[in-house]
Amino acid sequence: MGDPVTFIAQWLENLLLGWGLSPQWVTILMTIIGVAAIAIFVLLVDILLVWVERKVVARFQDRLGPNRLGPFGLIQPIADVIKLLIKEDITPIGADRIVYNLPPIIALATVLMLWAVIPLAPTIVGTDLDVGVLYVVALGALGTLGIIMAGWASNNKYALIGAFRTVAQMVSYEVPMVIAVMVPVLLAGTMGINSIVFAQSPVWYVVVAPVAALILFISAIAELGRAPFDLAEAESEIVAGFHIEYTGMKFGMFYAGELLHALTISGLVASLFLGGWRGPGAEAYPILGVVYFFMKAFFLYWAIMWIKYSLPRIRIDHMLNFNWKFLTPLALIVLIVTAILDKLFAGFPEWLYVVGMLLANLVIIWLTVQILRNRAKVERKRVAEPGPIAAPQNPSVSSTSS
Amino acid sequence: MSGLQIIFILVAALTLGAGLLAVTVRNLVHAALWLILALFGVAIFFVLLNAGFLAVAQVVVYIGAIAILMIFAIMLTQQVASYKGTQLNANWIWSAFIAVVVFAGLAWILSSWSGFSTLPPEMSARADPLRQLGSALVSPTAYVIPFEVASVLLLAALIGAIIIAWDRK
Amino acid sequence: MLNDWLFIGVFLILAPIFPAAALLIPRLIAPRKPSPLKNQTYECGIETVGDTWVQFRVQYYIYALVFLIFDVELVFLFPWAVAFDQLPLFAVMEGVLFIMILVAGLFYAWRKGALEWM
Repeated sequence: MGDPVTFIAQWLENLLLGWGLSPQWVTILMTIIGVAAIAIFVLLVDILLVWVERKVVARFQDRLGPNRLGPFGLIQPIADVIKLLIKEDITPIGADRIVYNLPPIIALATVLMLWAVIPLAPTIVGTDLDVGVLYVVALGALGTLGIIMAGWASNNKYALIGAFRTVAQMVSYEVPMVIAVMVPVLLAGTMGINSIVFAQSPVWYVVVAPVAALILFISAIAELGRAPFDLAEAESEIVAGFHIEYTGMKFGMFYAGELLHALTISGLVASLFLGGWRGPGAEAYPILGVVYFFMKAFFLYWAIMWIKYSLPRIRIDHMLNFNWKFLTPLALIVLIVTAILDKLFAGFPEWLYVVGMLLANLVIIWLTVQILRNRAKVERKRVAEPGPIAAPQNPSVSSTSS
Repeated sequence: MSGLQIIFILVAALTLGAGLLAVTVRNLVHAALWLILALFGVAIFFVLLNAGFLAVAQVVVYIGAIAILMIFAIMLTQQVASYKGTQLNANWIWSAFIAVVVFAGLAWILSSWSGFSTLPPEMSARADPLRQLGSALVSPTAYVIPFEVASVLLLAALIGAIIIAWDRK
Repeated sequence: MLNDWLFIGVFLILAPIFPAAALLIPRLIAPRKPSPLKNQTYECGIETVGDTWVQFRVQYYIYALVFLIFDVELVFLFPWAVAFDQLPLFAVMEGVLFIMILVAGLFYAWRKGALEWM
């Protein structure tokens, strides 16, 4: 009784077979029904996310947020959707029509497709693809492409600059993200995401590899383009970035895609490091696993929002330096240390292995903080030195372009 | 005809068409986008061949990195989108001739090859090709030298790229 | 194995349909009154100046290049990570050597100043 989804799937399959369909067609039909069920469920969650976003930001800013439509303003997102649907759709002069219309679809579709491999419960999972982790990275690449297309086809300078900034940021932060993702792959010995969740049986990987979890979380926020890494949108500098010329439902698609992407990445981090659907009783009652999964995913989602509404925007050179000169080397060191220690501790009892890994991670954190402290001292001295105020360093060279 | 064959023919037509458009359209950005579609078609071929890892690697490397690099390169140039000149040079007839001859030769040689009709041996259900690939890459009896040399090659590529593209200092 | 990919393939076909349908509804019910003035591209309240095709700096290209190299190397490392638990220690060290060569490249780019944003 704890697994209604499998029960319904079995019943449907038997029903279809009973109608005299060949097993091949039943497989295909069941796949289509499964995909449609996942997509519709995720889109409904997406509509709810609009409400969550508005309500939580209101609380962070000491406001009430939407509270007029329905209990706690729960009908507000429906009103938002209707408003977007009846807005006039404007295509700017000189826009490349086909390339201009594709990106809103790509933005939402690539995020939707991520849910094919994210396990909601031990048995409720689209498919446990054996290259699941790389599949996620590949879809991220397609999403990047959508942004470039949007920026280029809009025929707007700000859109183009915004798109280029986003892409430079996304490709840069993909490096530490992929390295951090490799740590659970290495520990579990598989790339299937559900298999990785199954492998976290005595302890979650966040205990064994906390630094990798943190790196993944930070680079995921950058990948999402959320504050403090929201240079792509930077309202005050380039007005809205790549989606400046999109109106009505097309803008709505980007917005929905962004919110859903944040929840999806939260779910991914939860699956890779926080044990996904794992919790007391989840194996026996898969429906409980769904509850645990969404609790963890929404906790991380809330943390992303907390960061977003608390920190100011980072400068572009700082952002890229932070990636290439801090996160990437740190991620590589963590990968090497994890790889070697995992082999050295292989024969140890379980608890000693966990404690050893945790201690190694703490040592890495301590060393990193020490190095950063020294760097900050040098940097403060350099900035504090008296220098010319507001004078160009080399007046003969005038910098053009962005 | 089985479902897989129909999919194969559809994807082949898509890939070839996209590839053809990539070299014939005048707008460089459109050409890059068509090329990306062709590369995506190749990824689908890998899936049809049961090589999931190669398929995602194809998307990650070719679409995620190389296509982005190409679009950045296009943006570094100026005014190429509005290029109105001819797309063929004086020797096009010769290149067309050589291309046809090479294609005919290849088709003639391959038509007598028996590899098309032989089926590959069935993979055992428990075999994990990814694990075997991983072991083979670092096994001294298999590909450890190419594996490390690939790393050095990529290092050389990085250094070369920086020297060529970054000459300010 | 191919069944897994059947799921992905069906998803690839169905996923764009939902946003596409959402984009079609405004076509039917939203007003459509385009005018040359309304369709101007936005540029902070003034008329657009010059060509949209601004030339980008080489820095973007360098980042993409460095990223490309890293991307290829990391894709190579994934099978190694998957097979990790059945590898002997020296095979693990070969993987580490692979990563160290990657680090050397990063270090070179760093010292050369290619990672500075100017």
